[in-house]
Amino acid sequence: MNVSVPFTAEQAKKLKAGDVVNISGVIYTARDAAHKRMLEEYDKTGKFPFDIYNQIVYYAGPAPAKPNEVIGSVGPTTSYRMDVYSPVLLRFGLRGMIGKGIRNNEVIQAMKQYTGVYFGATGGAGALLAKHIESVEVIAYEDLGAEAIRKLVVKDFPVIVIIDSEGNNLYETEPIKYRK
Amino acid sequence: MREISVELITDTIAQMCIEANCCLNEDVHTALERAKQKESSPIGKEILCQLTENADIALQKNMPICQDTGMAIVFLEIGQEVHITGGLLEDAVNEGVRKGYEKGYLRKSVVEDPFLRVNTKDNTPAILYTKIVAGDNIDITVAPKGFGSENMSRVYMLKPSDGIEGAKKAILETVEQAGANPCPPMVVGVGCGGSFEYSAYLAKKALLRPIGSHSDKKHIREMEQELLQKMNDTGIGPQGLGGNTTVLGVNIESYATHIAGMPIAINISCHVTRHCHKVI
Repeated sequence: MNVSVPFTAEQAKKLKAGDVVNISGVIYTARDAAHKRMLEEYDKTGKFPFDIYNQIVYYAGPAPAKPNEVIGSVGPTTSYRMDVYSPVLLRFGLRGMIGKGIRNNEVIQAMKQYTGVYFGATGGAGALLAKHIESVEVIAYEDLGAEAIRKLVVKDFPVIVIIDSEGNNLYETEPIKYRK
Repeated sequence: MREISVELITDTIAQMCIEANCCLNEDVHTALERAKQKESSPIGKEILCQLTENADIALQKNMPICQDTGMAIVFLEIGQEVHITGGLLEDAVNEGVRKGYEKGYLRKSVVEDPFLRVNTKDNTPAILYTKIVAGDNIDITVAPKGFGSENMSRVYMLKPSDGIEGAKKAILETVEQAGANPCPPMVVGVGCGGSFEYSAYLAKKALLRPIGSHSDKKHIREMEQELLQKMNDTGIGPQGLGGNTTVLGVNIESYATHIAGMPIAINISCHVTRHCHKVI
């Protein structure tokens, strides 16, 4: 299944937990420090450093690019550290989040209320994922180094829908099937 | 007395930082290949295939296996017949980390203060453990540690009456609660005994042992085997999406402890479990 950006609520509603999805288009990297700053900036100026409506945020901080490479390894970081920030961003129209690991109930409730999708990329496969990135541009908080916000243009970026906009959650439904 | 220059220490450590981050160790490779054959979840199997393909790309391009190239943990066993010349040992280690992370295009993931959180931009300082041993060599281990898994680690101060069953329960509980967060399949290092901080040190050292190696002590070896089975029976699976490959290896180190205590430390690692060893 293919997803392109802008990622609308109509598209988001069609995705179900367990769907294997390839994302193409623009996504933005942001980790803990960038999320904290984004919300501080919003409090001060009423604006985010990029328009988050119908966009997808990737919880990632890449390794530096070698000469002649677009980017270094760039796999997902653990998502729960962003849980405190995500409900606000979902309320302002953020549509997708890519990361790894569990989300708390507040995030899942906000995803249901505002139609958001949580995608999982394979943690520890950063060299493989880097091959799906066509261009990179730092658009905010350059002083944060690896944690700066980067605009990535991706092609067929491989993810799985972990939690859909109805709150179905693979971390709840799958391990139990293999438990002995 | 054998003289070893700080330049040699620096250059060796720089090279080891790169190698530890870009080359998946052979034991992990073997464990992943074996897991691929046994994994019954289709998604789980696909993820394991992605991890070996990823390691091949990293090796071929000499790029890090994972973008989290860790905080550099350095263990030095220094022969007491060695005289280090040309500078201070700690500076030489940090210079090695600085050079390696720059030259290897590794991510700089260290902040200078836990609360102020300003990136040091060169991945220093390292965490350095030194031990004085017999001989005239320096035995170096560089083990850069990623924090997705480090954050899932724990120390328990159990009571002697909790016994081996209490320890197993604590270790299993730590892995179950870590769930999808530390990028399973994980490698689990456990330190039993010692003191509060020494148990954690032992847990970290346990991660340096090859996957599939076992303790010489029978009761500890049995514990390792039983826990590996139980962890893989949790169903957590690769990336927490279900399956029977939750853990690739359980390594336990033990040490003497106090009559009143039974510290148990669990250091969780992801599949990469970066470490590189050299003797100079």
